[in-house]
Amino acid sequence: MLDEAATDTMITQISDSLYTHLIKTYDGNLPSAGLHSLDEIRTQAFERFKSMGFPTVKQEDWKYTNVQPLIGQRYSLDTEMPSGTPALDKALIPKLDAHRIVLVNGRYSSELSTDEEIPGLQIMPIEQAFDRLCFAKYFAAYADKTDNPFVALNTASFTSGLFIEVGKSRQLQKPIHIIHVAATDKPLFTQTRNLYVMGAFAEAEIIESFITEDGAEHNLNNQVSEIVLRENAKLQHYYLQVAGPQSNYLNHTEVHQEKHSLYNNYNCSFPGAAFVRNNINVQMGDSEVESHLYGIALTAGNQLVDNHTIVDHIKPHCESYEWYKNITQDTSTAVFNGKIFVRLDAQKTNAFQQNNNMLIGEKSAIYTKPQLEIFADDVKCSHGCTIGQFDNEALFYLRARGISEAQARVLLVHAFAFDVTSRFLNAAVREYVEHLVEEGL
Amino acid sequence: MLSIKNLHASVEDKAILKGLDLEVKAGEVHAIMGPNGSGKSTLGNVLAGREAYEVTEGEVLLDGSDLLALSPEDRAREGVFLAFQYPIEIPGVSNINFLKTALSEIRAYKGLPPMEARDFLKKVKEKQQLVEFDAKLANRSLNEGFSGGEKKRNEIFQLAMLEPKLAILDETDSGLDIDALRIVARGVNQLRADNNAFILITHYQRLLEYIVPDFVHVLYNGRIVRSGTKELALELEEKGYDWIKETVDA
Repeated sequence: MLDEAATDTMITQISDSLYTHLIKTYDGNLPSAGLHSLDEIRTQAFERFKSMGFPTVKQEDWKYTNVQPLIGQRYSLDTEMPSGTPALDKALIPKLDAHRIVLVNGRYSSELSTDEEIPGLQIMPIEQAFDRLCFAKYFAAYADKTDNPFVALNTASFTSGLFIEVGKSRQLQKPIHIIHVAATDKPLFTQTRNLYVMGAFAEAEIIESFITEDGAEHNLNNQVSEIVLRENAKLQHYYLQVAGPQSNYLNHTEVHQEKHSLYNNYNCSFPGAAFVRNNINVQMGDSEVESHLYGIALTAGNQLVDNHTIVDHIKPHCESYEWYKNITQDTSTAVFNGKIFVRLDAQKTNAFQQNNNMLIGEKSAIYTKPQLEIFADDVKCSHGCTIGQFDNEALFYLRARGISEAQARVLLVHAFAFDVTSRFLNAAVREYVEHLVEEGL
Repeated sequence: MLSIKNLHASVEDKAILKGLDLEVKAGEVHAIMGPNGSGKSTLGNVLAGREAYEVTEGEVLLDGSDLLALSPEDRAREGVFLAFQYPIEIPGVSNINFLKTALSEIRAYKGLPPMEARDFLKKVKEKQQLVEFDAKLANRSLNEGFSGGEKKRNEIFQLAMLEPKLAILDETDSGLDIDALRIVARGVNQLRADNNAFILITHYQRLLEYIVPDFVHVLYNGRIVRSGTKELALELEEKGYDWIKETVDA
């Protein structure tokens, strides 16, 4: 009787703060798959998390992004599948023909995912990939070198996620559309871990949508994705943040690129999710690597969207191109921090960064910080940053031609976003995003 | 069509128009001339509804109804068109998409269904030819990277597409070389009809050699101080604005 009560407490009783709850739950009791090496990594990660704790606004990387109100709340850590089937229509992208993978609270749903054999493509819940060679090689190899405490916590205690391996020289005909659904009837903290490995000469397109089930309870999602591109691999990677206000996200994406590989990330956030922090780190681990990071954040209400990116030029002859646009409405906040390192060895680097901001809400805020650290001497680096408002002259010009003020604003925001949206290679996604921009105003 | 009575307007509390009267009937072309700072552009902006211009007295009726009570977009939908002295560049908004949006909003206001894509494109082609506007420019972003002359010609192209009742051309001739001026004038002459009217705001008589006005008015110090036919423009050209200033101020 006593024992049962104790177990019950462990799962459902919710402590005052997430930190104490996590320590109580996991200290000496981390999830284990009976693999010594993985257990070891988890234990070390948990120690790191304990010594770092959750970040505060006193830390430079979290200066404008206060996680305290989120981690001061009560959550359940139990990510069992909810009863009933969540609706996916909010994630549907018209005209997109894709393999669909659905994760509900981070757990792979075979019922909702399209189940087809694709030669050269391995997709499975991450817990089924623990014994794979490339899991052993790449899991926690890069993300855990960063000082993000949420990564350490995730490594130590994640319970679900997705593993994707695109085999050598495989070129996927259709994109993979991953739909992350938050569906819970109690406040929930999830920790999802993904590992995507692109084999040499492999080519793929991964589109990830984040949605919230109608009427879902408050939820906080700590997701870490590790992405490895082997030589000459190419990956087009889209993040489409369309979740509801109950949902909060800490997403860490760590990309490691080998020689001649290409990684493009298109990171879009729309009105909805109350709190979104994306860390996107690209490590250009070898020469002749190319990466493009595009971002668009259209915020509303009291939302906070924070995009922190790092592009790390380690070897010579690499090219990076980054362009982020923020449009803030109402009392929302957007944060952009773009760090570019050009290491001593990284001669002939070509690095470009641009961040443009449009403040629409009189009480909205934008914090932007381009940061370049260049240690090599024969490089081409440029960066620029602008903050502006609606151009009243342009608004009047459009209205003087019979266009309503609301429609004129839509046209101008479209125009503002155009530099970024026009780079989207997938036409269906581009059209969908343009539509979301219009809807989000 | 347009009836302006005792119009007073100011910008940032500075009175610019001080009791302007003007009657424009359908089928007419009126030229408004005057020295710099006389209030010519203010008149265009007040009629189009630019916010910075405050009307302090007087009335403007368009076909009998109060124009000043309308928003800029509703004025445009009622058929008022201002060809801007300095057209704005809007990168990312395509010329064609802009015109399609404008046309469909104007049509919706009048209770008409949106134009079929085919009909719209036919109209674009037809009007491009009419006002000799390069098809390549029509497909670009709105005025982006256009030369001064190209921007002015785009204004005339828009005018042709939107078919307003009353078109106000605010110094459309300024910055145009003689060839561009001829093209613009030819476009306007093609568009003249019994059911529309034009107000040409200009500093120089040159434009009026190509677009012959029915009436010429001289605006000075916020009021129309002299009205006449096209011969008045010639007289002005010959004697200069000092002649007006002297006779009025005396």
